Amino acid sequence: MSRLNACFTALKADNKAAFVAYTQAGDPSLEVSSAIIQGMPAVGVDIIELGMPFTDPAADGPAIDCAAQRAIAAGATMKQTLGIVTEFRKNNDTTPIVLMGYFNPVHDYGCKAFAKDAAAAGVDGLIIVDLPPEEDEELRSPANAAGIDVIRLATPTSDDARLPTIVSGASGFVCYVAVAGTTGGKSATADNIGAAVRRIKKHTALPVAVGFGIRTPEQAAAVAARADGAVVGTAIVDVIAAGVDENGTLKAGLAEEVLDFTRKLADGVKAGTE
Amino acid sequence: MARNSYRTGPDEKGHFGIYGGRYISETLMPAVIELEEEYRKALKDPSFLAELDELNRQYIGRPSPLYYAERLTNHLGGAKIYLKREELNHTGAHKINHAIGQVLLAKRMGKNKIIAETGAGQHGVATATVAALFGMECTVFMGAVDIERQKPNVFRMKLLGAEVKSVTSGSSTLKDAMNDALRHWVSNVHDTFYIIGTAAGPHPYPMMVRDFQSIIGRETKEQLMAQEGRLPDTLVACIGGGSNAIGLFYPFLDDASVKMVAVEASGHGLDTDKSAASIASGRPGVLHGFRSYLLQYDDGQIVEAHSISAGLDYPGIGPEHAWLHEEGRVTYASATDDDALEAFQLCCRTEGIIPALESSHAIAEAMKLAPTLPKDHIMVINLSGRGDKDIFTVAQALGEEI
Repeated sequence: MSRLNACFTALKADNKAAFVAYTQAGDPSLEVSSAIIQGMPAVGVDIIELGMPFTDPAADGPAIDCAAQRAIAAGATMKQTLGIVTEFRKNNDTTPIVLMGYFNPVHDYGCKAFAKDAAAAGVDGLIIVDLPPEEDEELRSPANAAGIDVIRLATPTSDDARLPTIVSGASGFVCYVAVAGTTGGKSATADNIGAAVRRIKKHTALPVAVGFGIRTPEQAAAVAARADGAVVGTAIVDVIAAGVDENGTLKAGLAEEVLDFTRKLADGVKAGTE
Repeated sequence: MARNSYRTGPDEKGHFGIYGGRYISETLMPAVIELEEEYRKALKDPSFLAELDELNRQYIGRPSPLYYAERLTNHLGGAKIYLKREELNHTGAHKINHAIGQVLLAKRMGKNKIIAETGAGQHGVATATVAALFGMECTVFMGAVDIERQKPNVFRMKLLGAEVKSVTSGSSTLKDAMNDALRHWVSNVHDTFYIIGTAAGPHPYPMMVRDFQSIIGRETKEQLMAQEGRLPDTLVACIGGGSNAIGLFYPFLDDASVKMVAVEASGHGLDTDKSAASIASGRPGVLHGFRSYLLQYDDGQIVEAHSISAGLDYPGIGPEHAWLHEEGRVTYASATDDDALEAFQLCCRTEGIIPALESSHAIAEAMKLAPTLPKDHIMVINLSGRGDKDIFTVAQALGEEI
């Protein structure tokens, strides 16, 4: 059983939702980024979403755009991102890691080579935000063959005519983008999220995690009560950004600060399903 | 091996060979699928085509003249040079051709908010113009660097009632303006139509922009037939994203005797990192919704393009051009900033026409080619825009104060 499958199955048995935490690989530096990622399971993160930095993240808002630019300026590369996963796997063989990003860096690496190296590093899933179902065959086929799930996105614009295309060929879980917009923007209401999750579940048996607009433990709790997982990205990235001054100097204890905040979100998710 | 036809693309998924396609976030997928359906319906709707034709004639001022540039021809001493005078269109460039077509689609689809990205400001002005004409709300995304070097066009857009949003992410130029336009679109897709400014972006944009711009080539064919009784020998156009080039070339793609040269901007030179020549210096990749040649570093990170002409300052090229390059049907050459400046001045002095810096790249290539060709060789240069907007940039490059 894949790590993602095992994770959702175990949580479901406990009647709990997964807390999915996002951070950009190499932001603000390789050391701090690695420390944050390695510390995540202990503060209650069930699934790690690791952003692959790209110069032109057109689906992201300013916070994650800036995180990508910080990481690239600090020397982030695709190989470094995979290296972070390899390091993580030395001490943890259960927490699923999903790489999230844009197609061009993967395309330039080569889809087959990337699928092979990502699997060897211990990657469990991929979310490529600019690779819709109609175009993802060239990555999905080698990724699936290497045991990696390609996670599809559903959005408020995904109507009942569109959803079958989205879930066909999907594996791992479905990520529901709760707001039509970029990351770090508005929040959806709990009622809308609940209705959307129910609608998606009519089309697939896969778990449905919900992201976009979850910034506080209370919002995380509300989502966790209505979905199989709650994804938080920008709010965590904002704590990192606040720890970097104008000259790029990092605040002491930044990784711990990020993890403390992450723990509060994790507690929110747990509270939501109690 | 030559194909029977180079005019059959894109396929049903929007691919030209392996290029093109739809690489966009899921939120936007239903919108582009709907756009394609509406576009295909519109092409079969006589009232849509009649309105487009009427606006082309009465509002843009088409057909634009095909003008025999006798003094330029004599100066270069070779091929007989014609200029396709797209700079005489309303708003001063070819961009209005696809802006009119797209705004008619927006109206048809009931969307009353228009957004656009712009580099030189020509597409922004064209979009602001058609938005004013149809009483629609218009927002134009423009890099902060471009706002600085294209001030007259920024003010024109404001006069036309558009809001110009300064883009400061990334390199603050055209690619970043497109990122921000996409970001805005994904948040407002229910009531907003994105008028993309070149033959790029997700399917159906490359096809749609090409179709609207093809009026350039269709007119050229007809006009040259009337004036010379035959097809041209060579067509030359500048290329950034590729809208004016594909517009001139497309109707001639299956005329095997017609050579076509698209001229990329190589900035400070192809061997420097200050260039915008995606075919010459790039490799295939995916950006802004389509697969094509892109300027990129080792890790697939996008290079900040450079050209003296803001309209060519883009690290990619339309997907149909990537395909035509690989098929060998069109030759992709390049001209530097200095080449373009020299051509700019030559055109001013020999023909009394101030060309856009973008179009000056095409003239620069003609300056190289024409002297090597016989006098009965007919060359058509697409004079895609006028250069009034560029006089400050040119003055600065020439060390003059105005």
